Amino acid sequence: MPATEMLSGAEIVLRALKEQGVDTVFGYPGGAVLPIYDALFQQNAIRHILVRHEQGAVHAAEGYARSTGKVGVVLVTSGPGATNAVTGLVDALMDSIPVVCLTGQVPTHLIGNDAFQEADTTGITRPATKHNYLVKSTDDVGRVIHEAFYVARSGRPGPVVVDLPKDILINKGVYAGVPSAPHRSYRPVLDPDPQAIATAIRMLKGAKRPIVYAGGGVVNSGPEASRLLAEFVHLTGFPCTNTLMGLGTFPASDPQFLGMLGMHGTYEANLAMHGCDVMLNIGARFDDRVTGRLRDFSPGSLKIHADIDPSSVNKNVRVDCAIIGDAARILAALIAGWKADAAKPDTGALAQWWRQIDAWRARDCLRFRQDMAPSAIIKPQYAIRRLYELAQETGRDTFITTEVGQHQMWAAQFWKFERPNRWMTSGGLGTMGYGLPAAMGVQIAHPDALVIDIAGEASILMNIQEMGTLAQYRLPVKVFILNNEYMGMVRQWQELLHGGRYSESYSAALPDFVKLAESFHAVGLRATRLGELDDVIREMLRVDKAVIADICVDKAENCFPMIPSGAAHNEMILGPEDEASRKGGGAGVTEEGMVLV
Amino acid sequence: MLKVLMPDHDITTRQAVISVLVENEAGVLARVIGLFSGRGYNIDSLTVAPVDEEKHLSRITIVTSGTAMVIEQIKAQLDRLVPIHKVADLTMEGPHIAREMALIKVAGVGEKRVEALRIADAFRARVVDATTESFVFEMTGATDKLDAFTALMRPLGLVEVCRTGVVAIARGPKGIHG
Repeated sequence: MPATEMLSGAEIVLRALKEQGVDTVFGYPGGAVLPIYDALFQQNAIRHILVRHEQGAVHAAEGYARSTGKVGVVLVTSGPGATNAVTGLVDALMDSIPVVCLTGQVPTHLIGNDAFQEADTTGITRPATKHNYLVKSTDDVGRVIHEAFYVARSGRPGPVVVDLPKDILINKGVYAGVPSAPHRSYRPVLDPDPQAIATAIRMLKGAKRPIVYAGGGVVNSGPEASRLLAEFVHLTGFPCTNTLMGLGTFPASDPQFLGMLGMHGTYEANLAMHGCDVMLNIGARFDDRVTGRLRDFSPGSLKIHADIDPSSVNKNVRVDCAIIGDAARILAALIAGWKADAAKPDTGALAQWWRQIDAWRARDCLRFRQDMAPSAIIKPQYAIRRLYELAQETGRDTFITTEVGQHQMWAAQFWKFERPNRWMTSGGLGTMGYGLPAAMGVQIAHPDALVIDIAGEASILMNIQEMGTLAQYRLPVKVFILNNEYMGMVRQWQELLHGGRYSESYSAALPDFVKLAESFHAVGLRATRLGELDDVIREMLRVDKAVIADICVDKAENCFPMIPSGAAHNEMILGPEDEASRKGGGAGVTEEGMVLV
Repeated sequence: MLKVLMPDHDITTRQAVISVLVENEAGVLARVIGLFSGRGYNIDSLTVAPVDEEKHLSRITIVTSGTAMVIEQIKAQLDRLVPIHKVADLTMEGPHIAREMALIKVAGVGEKRVEALRIADAFRARVVDATTESFVFEMTGATDKLDAFTALMRPLGLVEVCRTGVVAIARGPKGIHG
């Protein structure tokens, strides 16, 4: 009988990662994880990407995960390595992104002694992760890492931390392979209850003013779910809207698409949500950015909520039919159920509903005025529209990431996503500094694709150090800064809600982004007038290097349409004229709304 | 403020006794408590102890209160914690027995001492420690019985009370997994 092979904890870590199909790890070394770095050095199967800050490692892993459907992997050291990763972990938790984060820890005999670079990582990350582990025996390392991957990707995906004390990494132990038995306690429901499907079909068949509202759960379910979503929407003839996280699950060019809904969503999407009589929510969670004032949210509708996470159901909005399961399986069941059901849908009412929607569409809620003189100031919306059009001309597979703020909303409004996994943005947590490292992760996963971070000048500075990573790995990420010299969304709220007192929202002492790009071995470009915009975009798309394009845009532009906080869907502000016409100023925000974020 | 923004539905609160079967592992209690504090749920009482050494299971009994929607949320949130095997709402799933134990120290002499002993007898509390000037009573029962007894002891020289919190189990032949 052959003796059981004894491996060091660090070797077990790498073996388990390999068996999980991991090809890339984003990380930063330090004392507690040196054994893993030593093991990494002695192999070639797993590529390590050295980031410049641990937050960047997690966002990069998120970008990698979101654009591939695989689990993103992070490796950081104890103490500050782990605490720096926390923002990224919460970001992944809020947006349901599968990430496994391996953190070093001081040796087990020093835990609790306030040792150098010690932090209570499992304590700190407990509410920041879907689950976490502290490994206390080398024999457990393999099992825990496999379990971590299972938990990260199963059910509603999320981040998982595995805390690895240094002695556990050095000691020898036995490697346990991928477990064959199902998990003892965590087994999410994937197949929908046929009864719930039947109830939903009955409601959908009886609809006169239906709407389909699809979110990030459809992305997480895999590309098949998006295909089935389109099939279902075409089969029924229903209108379809997407949440911010769901963009790309339904083709933006499809005539049945109403655009994004919510606070900065389209007029037609929000009014259709408000006025519908049957709503099918699939893979979205009735977030406050989507619902507006809860008591006036879609007041007259029957609501069907399809979600893999039972805790999302009836959390904010009371629904009439809950379907728990995986989005693709639910959609397949709905398609089969719709076809099998003999009842005829009310096509007359549906046609009437489409006429109403077309009337809302005719308001052209995303319109803006761009002075076309070459010396004119560039409107941010126009810059994104031209970026979209010129990127289309390249014919390349294009991935968009964003930072957080006005530019993010304009990107969501003006970029036309046709496929899932092409759009990476920080939705739930709203993390400024997300876009650049996320773009880095996307470019690593898709070396030949066009990857653009649509950024603001304030957000980009929050993780600007990752320009160094772009240079080291020759990643040709394009950073497209809409530079209005303000934290634009903060300024917009101060204008609308705080009497135009722009407290601390001006981006003073900005760097010269062109020189900054050059100092990081990238190409720096700038457009200050309309006449320069196309040339800058074309040059940015042409060069096979990292680029920062500093697009100096209108400093006063606000992001519309907008549902002010605490308002209902039918109380949207369509644009500056509409806003000015409201009596009493404050964009019609009530005292109730003022306390909301 | 929150109430104003919530949709119109039943806002009456109820108490719920929730039984949770969990993996007996480090940090599991912290996860449950963190869930309650992080999401602003009430904990009226919480007890925990291992119940199956072989299967590494512990059982937590939580008494909480909230609107029907909040109680449903609490159960769903508990259920999605990775090391949780089963969540049962004993209040909603038919009749159940709920008990807690208390140790109650009463100090006094003369007529008050005699009266304390007489009441303890009526309540079937056991004397588990006695000095010439004090008793420690042990008492098991429903929460309101313990409340009533402590209230009666207060004027008779109540020194301190220690209670376990509620443990509860469903009536009938079915177990929590049933």
